[in-house]
Amino acid sequence: MTGCQPKGPEQERGAGIERTGSTTAIRRYLRPRAIPTPFCAGCGHGILMGAILRAVDGLGLDFSQMLFVSGIGCAGWIPSPHFDTDTLHVTHGRPVAFATGAKLFNPALKVVVIGGDGDIASIGGNHLIHAARRNINLTVICANNQIYGMTGGQVTPTTPLGARTLTTPYGNAEPAFDLARLVVAAGASYVARYSVWHIRPLIRSIQKALQNPGFSFVEALSTCPTQYGRRNDNPSPLGMLQAFKESCITLERSRTMSQEELAGKTLIGEFVGG
Amino acid sequence: MVVSTKRALEGAHASAHAMRQINPDVVAAYPITPQTAIVQTYSQYVADGEVDTEFIAVESEHAAMSACIGAAAAGGRVMTATAANGLALMWEELYIAASMRMPIVMSCVNRALSAPLNIHCDHSDSMGARDAGWIHIFSETGQEAYDNTIQAVRIAEHPDLLLPVMVMQDGFITGHAVELVEVADDASVQRFIGSYSPAHSLLDIDHPTTFGAWDLYDYYFEHKRQQTDALSKAMKVILEVGQEFGREFGRPYGAFEPYAMDDAEIAVIVLSSTAGTCRTVIRELRQKGLKVGLLKLRVFRPFPAAELAEALKGVKAVAVLDRSISFGSMQGSGPVFLELCAALYAAGSKTKAINYIYGLGGRDVLPVDVERVIHELKQVADSGEVTSLVSYLGLRE
Ligand SMILES: Cc1ncc(C[n+]2csc(CCOP(=O)(O)OP(=O)(O)O)c2C)c(N)n1
Ligand code: SF4
Ligand SMILES: [Mg+2]
Repeated sequence: MTGCQPKGPEQERGAGIERTGSTTAIRRYLRPRAIPTPFCAGCGHGILMGAILRAVDGLGLDFSQMLFVSGIGCAGWIPSPHFDTDTLHVTHGRPVAFATGAKLFNPALKVVVIGGDGDIASIGGNHLIHAARRNINLTVICANNQIYGMTGGQVTPTTPLGARTLTTPYGNAEPAFDLARLVVAAGASYVARYSVWHIRPLIRSIQKALQNPGFSFVEALSTCPTQYGRRNDNPSPLGMLQAFKESCITLERSRTMSQEELAGKTLIGEFVGG
Repeated sequence: MVVSTKRALEGAHASAHAMRQINPDVVAAYPITPQTAIVQTYSQYVADGEVDTEFIAVESEHAAMSACIGAAAAGGRVMTATAANGLALMWEELYIAASMRMPIVMSCVNRALSAPLNIHCDHSDSMGARDAGWIHIFSETGQEAYDNTIQAVRIAEHPDLLLPVMVMQDGFITGHAVELVEVADDASVQRFIGSYSPAHSLLDIDHPTTFGAWDLYDYYFEHKRQQTDALSKAMKVILEVGQEFGREFGRPYGAFEPYAMDDAEIAVIVLSSTAGTCRTVIRELRQKGLKVGLLKLRVFRPFPAAELAEALKGVKAVAVLDRSISFGSMQGSGPVFLELCAALYAAGSKTKAINYIYGLGGRDVLPVDVERVIHELKQVADSGEVTSLVSYLGLRE
């Protein structure tokens, strides 16, 4: 493994999430040549990228012993080419299978898969459920923006019922997967869902996922203002984040709410292994 | 009477327009650049009720081709579109489609295969599927993509063939470029393609049918023989349909298109959009007195071997431009070159042949590159010696 150590004094790393809010702390994990990222202005994937690096920094993990595997899609660009360590950029849908192979050969590596909802749950959905069933020690972070962002905004299996996309101009007629629950049912030992608005619990859940010795899945609800927001009356990046604030309900709170009150809401929290 | 109108269309939109006029029963597809423009335009037609098609946005290309085969086996007229890794993911099903004799028509907007990741044009995707049993038709322009898509339906569904057809156009260069395309009226297209009612289909309750069943050393071989015979018959059908299309719509098609070949001493063979660049250069060199011609290959499967050998009679040297490599083949040459060498050998031809690999991953091919080809080709013709069998155009060495 030939990953580079993040630059900067050792003592600055590993101080938990409370002091890792600064951009300088996470810049050390990025390849300067690869910045700026290719993300559209206001893309939620940039926030998720920061959250992942803050989680790594907070745990004081040795970045050179980490492997990030990603497939094709805007989310696949979160680690590759930006992270200054080993990255494996593979075919659309297959990062979990590639990661399984890498982990089998070198179990000492911390192997993290980062991918979009299309990559991880549509074309690659089969690999996701089987890796969860095996409870293999991988962390899968799914940037779920409910759309195929990179190819221009087509409907995915995670697009909400009724949402407008390029291929469903008058509204999606198919129900969406509840990814967190799907992976729970498949057998994962840590499953959480937060949005990029809920940044602190998101970072904490990524840290737990990285520390869990089995299959961990973090569904990170992300925003795609360009392909999703624009078509669904919410074109502003901030507006999309605020929509998460309003539509997401914690599991704890949901227990006190009626079915009617929960209609149209998204449950967030730790579904397994909290 | 055909009523044509001229429209400014991207190549991908020209294909989508043809699909709208064909109005297939089922379209199952998954997005991939640079094909996406076809299915997303088509899904808008579906949403707007402009077609009767059942459109399904499936979860992968493997699922897309599988659903297409299912729909075709059930007796439907079926279409889809893909590119690059999407086509590669369909690979298993491509063979099933051809072997079960499913007349599916698919657009392939040619794009380089990963790795490394690249979204631009070369022909490595469809060339990788060249032995799967499909008919392969290449288009130089948006107009040809439109015309070939319409003809493909007639070719695929011909009762002697019942074979799937792939219609290619160059990713971005043709697919995303706006050109003037002459489109016919819907009724004329419908009249030309006619209706489709397969002799055997699923859900025909009085005549239950089995597709794809167990077939070992007792009959598998005979079935493969039938399949290859069908592809051998395809050239006749392709030429008939191309002529009939010409009578109806004013643009006849053959297996390849000769340009300035009558007294040519040297010739270039190329697929798709690069033919335009070659034609421009050849026109200029002709004015300078160089006897050079062009054969733009349209049908790659079935390969028009005897026809090409005949067209090259009297030509001293030919250069084949390949936009893909058949890795590990003779000196790492390209698939069109290999086919042409076989054709020339089988015909007992003395024409010298050289190969140029160009444009991989979308690398531009410029008029100066084609001039270089023709210059080197002239040296081969004059000396009768081939000093370099396979060369690269526009490559940093
Ligand atoms: C086999 C294959 N099919 C299709 C594609 C085209 N493609 C590239 S990215 C993508 C969708 C990406 O969506 P998602 O994974 O949700 O990531 P996002 O861009 O939304 O972050 C598709 C369909 C491909 N690269 N490979
Ligand atoms: S298309 Fe959407 S997901 Fe992709 S970078 Fe832009 S905002 Fe982000
Ligand atoms: Mg997505």
